[in-house]
Amino acid sequence: MSEKKNKTVITAEPGKQELFITREFDAPRELVFKAHTDPDLYVRWMGPRDLITSLETFEAVSGGRWRFIQKDKNGNEFGFHGVYHDVTAPERLIGTFEFEGLPESGHVILETTHFEALPDGRTRVRTQSVYQSVADRDGMVAAGMESGVVDGFERLDEILEKMK
Amino acid sequence: MARIPTTHDPFNAVAEPKRRKIIEVIGTRELSVNEIIELLGWPQPMVSKHLAVLKKVGLVSERREGRQRLYRMDVGKLKPIYDWVTPFERYWRESYDRLDEVLSDIQKKEK
Repeated sequence: MSEKKNKTVITAEPGKQELFITREFDAPRELVFKAHTDPDLYVRWMGPRDLITSLETFEAVSGGRWRFIQKDKNGNEFGFHGVYHDVTAPERLIGTFEFEGLPESGHVILETTHFEALPDGRTRVRTQSVYQSVADRDGMVAAGMESGVVDGFERLDEILEKMK
Repeated sequence: MARIPTTHDPFNAVAEPKRRKIIEVIGTRELSVNEIIELLGWPQPMVSKHLAVLKKVGLVSERREGRQRLYRMDVGKLKPIYDWVTPFERYWRESYDRLDEVLSDIQKKEK
């Protein structure tokens, strides 16, 4: 793992209902797509390291359903579910996403993920998430996160890293 | 343009782009006001005004050395803000870093 990590870029323009998550991978598109649709692979990477993910339902086909639960060290459980609207290998996934931990149900997100083949066997993954309202989106990304703030905080990240 | 109110809240303090710029410029160093002014190329009153806010909320601490005042970051004060703002970003960054490992693992096995 000596290669430099690719950067995860989140773009959320102020006042909009959508956000974009973009990341490049040093692996071919078929493989990156497979890691998103094969349950054994998916469970190995979805979520941060301090959460354990278990898949309850995982039907990565058009019209299929999914639900997974993430558990933290303190035993707290977070459930998520949705449906696969369209699965087109190896280029596109469209589906819904809902976090079950909100005070009321029905705050559904529409997610479209494109897998773009890049030269040298690399892949760009870009997800558009459309929320039902600006408030829903801002609530998810914790208060009006715009690219400038993210840039600033990325640099703060480096500062904090150095000062550890 | 509306004036940005002086604030006692570190969260509001870093919401102002100019103050974030100052935080970035100071970084891990200890700098005098003159050095900060030179690095940013801003007028002295502007730098002093924003420094005063950062000092007031405790993000920046001040130390006298002879006739100079030196400024440095109090990272402990910054950390809670950072942790609060970035869970969503961290969720995806960590997930995708793990995906890197899964992908490199599969590629090694295929070879």
